[in-house]
Amino acid sequence: MSAALELEKIQPAFADPVRESQIAFRKIMEAVARPGTRADFGSDLHPPAGLGAAAANVALALLDFETPVWLDPALRGTDAEAWVRFHCGCPLTVDPAAAAFAIVTDAKTAPRLDSFNLGDARYPDRSTTVILQVESLDDGEAVILSGPGVKDVIAVAPSGLPETFWGQMQDNNAKFQFGVDVLIVSGSALTAVPRSSNIQIQGG
Amino acid sequence: MSVQTGSNNAPERYYNYAYLDEQTKRMIRRAILKALAIPGYQVPFGSREMPVPYGWGTGGIQLTAAIVGPDDVYKCIDQGADDTTNAVSIRQFFAKVADVETTEDTSEATIIQSRHRVPEKPLKAGQVMVLQVPQPEPLRFLEPRETETRAMHAYEEYGLQYVALYERVARVGRINAGAGHPVMVEERYLMSPSPIPAFDNPKLGFSEAIYLLGAGREKRIYAVPPYTRVRSLDFEDHPFAVQTWDENCALCGADDAYLDEVVLDDQGAKMYVCSDSHHCAERREAGHVGPMAGHQLAQAEKEPAQ
Amino acid sequence: MAYVAVKGGEKAISNAHKWLAEERRGDPAVTELEVAQLREQLSLAVDRVMGEGSCYDRDLAALAVKQARGDLPEAVFLVRAYRTTLPRFGASEPLDTVNMAVRRRVSAAFKDIPGGQVLGPTFDYTHRLLDFALAADGVLPPQAVLAEEPQAYPMPTIGSVFAHEDLLESDERTEDAPEPFDLTREPMSFPAGRDQRLQALARGDEGFLLSLAYSSQRGWGNTHPLCGEIRMGTVAVEFVPEELGFAIEVGDIIVTECQMLGGSKSSAETPPQYMRGYGLVFGHSERKAMSMAIVDRALRDNAAASGQVAPVQDEEFVLYHSDNVEASGFVQHLKLPHYVDFQADLQSIRRLRREFFQRQALKEAAE
Repeated sequence: MSAALELEKIQPAFADPVRESQIAFRKIMEAVARPGTRADFGSDLHPPAGLGAAAANVALALLDFETPVWLDPALRGTDAEAWVRFHCGCPLTVDPAAAAFAIVTDAKTAPRLDSFNLGDARYPDRSTTVILQVESLDDGEAVILSGPGVKDVIAVAPSGLPETFWGQMQDNNAKFQFGVDVLIVSGSALTAVPRSSNIQIQGG
Repeated sequence: MSVQTGSNNAPERYYNYAYLDEQTKRMIRRAILKALAIPGYQVPFGSREMPVPYGWGTGGIQLTAAIVGPDDVYKCIDQGADDTTNAVSIRQFFAKVADVETTEDTSEATIIQSRHRVPEKPLKAGQVMVLQVPQPEPLRFLEPRETETRAMHAYEEYGLQYVALYERVARVGRINAGAGHPVMVEERYLMSPSPIPAFDNPKLGFSEAIYLLGAGREKRIYAVPPYTRVRSLDFEDHPFAVQTWDENCALCGADDAYLDEVVLDDQGAKMYVCSDSHHCAERREAGHVGPMAGHQLAQAEKEPAQ
Repeated sequence: MAYVAVKGGEKAISNAHKWLAEERRGDPAVTELEVAQLREQLSLAVDRVMGEGSCYDRDLAALAVKQARGDLPEAVFLVRAYRTTLPRFGASEPLDTVNMAVRRRVSAAFKDIPGGQVLGPTFDYTHRLLDFALAADGVLPPQAVLAEEPQAYPMPTIGSVFAHEDLLESDERTEDAPEPFDLTREPMSFPAGRDQRLQALARGDEGFLLSLAYSSQRGWGNTHPLCGEIRMGTVAVEFVPEELGFAIEVGDIIVTECQMLGGSKSSAETPPQYMRGYGLVFGHSERKAMSMAIVDRALRDNAAASGQVAPVQDEEFVLYHSDNVEASGFVQHLKLPHYVDFQADLQSIRRLRREFFQRQALKEAAE
């Protein structure tokens, strides 16, 4: 898992890590506090293929040597993996249940959400945060979110998700206080669906 | 007028921006996200020693240090007032280490750190309310062991709390909520709102702003996201009630604010004034007058800070 | 007006700090203390600050003692607040105290043990009479006479003495032991492992641990402690940098180590054997090392669920309350204004009094 890094091939990350991590975090915090709303991280960051700007911002802001990371098999051995390892210094794991964070590039082949760490009854915060990269945040089937952080209801419609995805998310919410927290990202945009969000599937 | 620009101590500052190192900030930031995802649940975190003592706001300071940026406008209050010594000390700290603008104006602040009060003016989206917490565990005085209370939260066993509340009703005839009255968040987690008066409890529910609560010595972070259900514990036949006063604020005449009792002599003379010093000043500027308007207290607050 | 005084503001704070600096300096006609003087001549104060501050740096600790005007918990706080900003490289290799360059070593278990009893620089057996000669300037103390024979090296340990009989539980290193728990990165969690407990005790307040150990001796969770060995001296600190893959020596430190033998354990499967309580502190502090060892041993009973639990055996009680930076901060935070919560309380007690007198008046009217 820890082959030597080819340093010359690794692309740069934040130019001003202290400032940019803080800006990125505040956007993530507002997004998690207000599920279904949209954060945009701009296009200053140019991560390697396989990682969008939003996913890369989340990684740089939150990952380090204390957070085991599960990477989608599609990313393993790629420049994206080397970039995450180099800039975040995080250990990688192939066990979804051992991951503090997971970066998923293809939702259709990803493990079921409940194979990640759902937390402990006494320590539900120990669950995995899933960074889910999708085609777009707009063109999919809309579902309706409600719950903490949502004033009345809010619709989200990411595309490129497997049919079973929102059903899994409903199960995830039903298990509260257990559950994963999902950051859905596409390009430079992010929307959060934490375990606390109630999900209503349209016509379902 | 009240905005001051922080001293620019970049880039040769001795400590990292906002005092904490980046790894510590990331650890706190991760805890904040989990706290928001599980409203009312106390997330343990690797609280660091801060340059102010435990019990003096180390939890709030660490939260602020983890979220603050140079574009923020920072307000810090203690007991509702901007000019109490500990609030002044913490405000100066962030002006120095985070190059942040400071303000006394509730509406222009993006981060409001507070001990024991929530400002009177309703908070807005884009604002973060940081509350300093001495004891995050609402059940601690009923059960001293952390291993026990953690299990009670895990399995939602809050019977002990209701028994204690019932005993109080039996003794004094009412819920008698003073300060730090426990709340249920989204009908799942029992939470201490920090020692804010019951008067402020209703402000936590369905707020537009984010509430972050930090206990440095006890090493816990918890949160209430915007638009979250927060219910102060009570019984149907003994409903929760906030404090009210027969008097109005002596300086601005407010009849709906939390009041401090100011002792004027040792013969029983006293006056009541708004605990939220900015709220009171703003009302006076707008022309509101109370029965003792022009009292020296109103003058003292106008002295420019050095 | 008291109210205005509480709202002191920035000017008051700044003036208070100036006054504090003046008080620290004392009479300017008296020569100012140099940090080096404190480091050399108040070395045990420096040791305590290093230990409870959990940062081995004699000069920093001496500076903290000077800045804190000799208030040691305040000096500990200064060192902690500095330490917390330092980058962490990882955990050192376990200290090899068997190979300590011993300056003092005594055992109460045997009249003589291999390597001998080495008294070293100790207050023991001094008569506690004020030495007025010290009040006079420029008196050089007499030099201690060098021993005729060199001391045993390595100095045999109480463990090695018992080894052939297997009378004492083993403390051999665990191969591939996980990185130890670090309280400076993670909050306390329960049940606490011994690594977490020993770290908390090593950082704990000497006075608190002393009183707990004493309570245990007086019957509140007695462990029948016997001082197997105390040794004080210099040990090397080794660290394995990731990029090298082998241990390098990063420095020498002075530590005090105590092995307390207490109670025996036996079961159907294992023969009776003495158990250990362990104490290790920076610098020279036998009171702290011995107290720590007794408390460590007592807490091992709690792990075995011995039934009735005395304070010293209750790990949540001991570990949550041993840190004097936490304790001092929280006790003293009561100086901060609490008038908002007090107002809530006042309202309530006034109402209850009103109701009391109304009830009395009704009762009197009825009579």
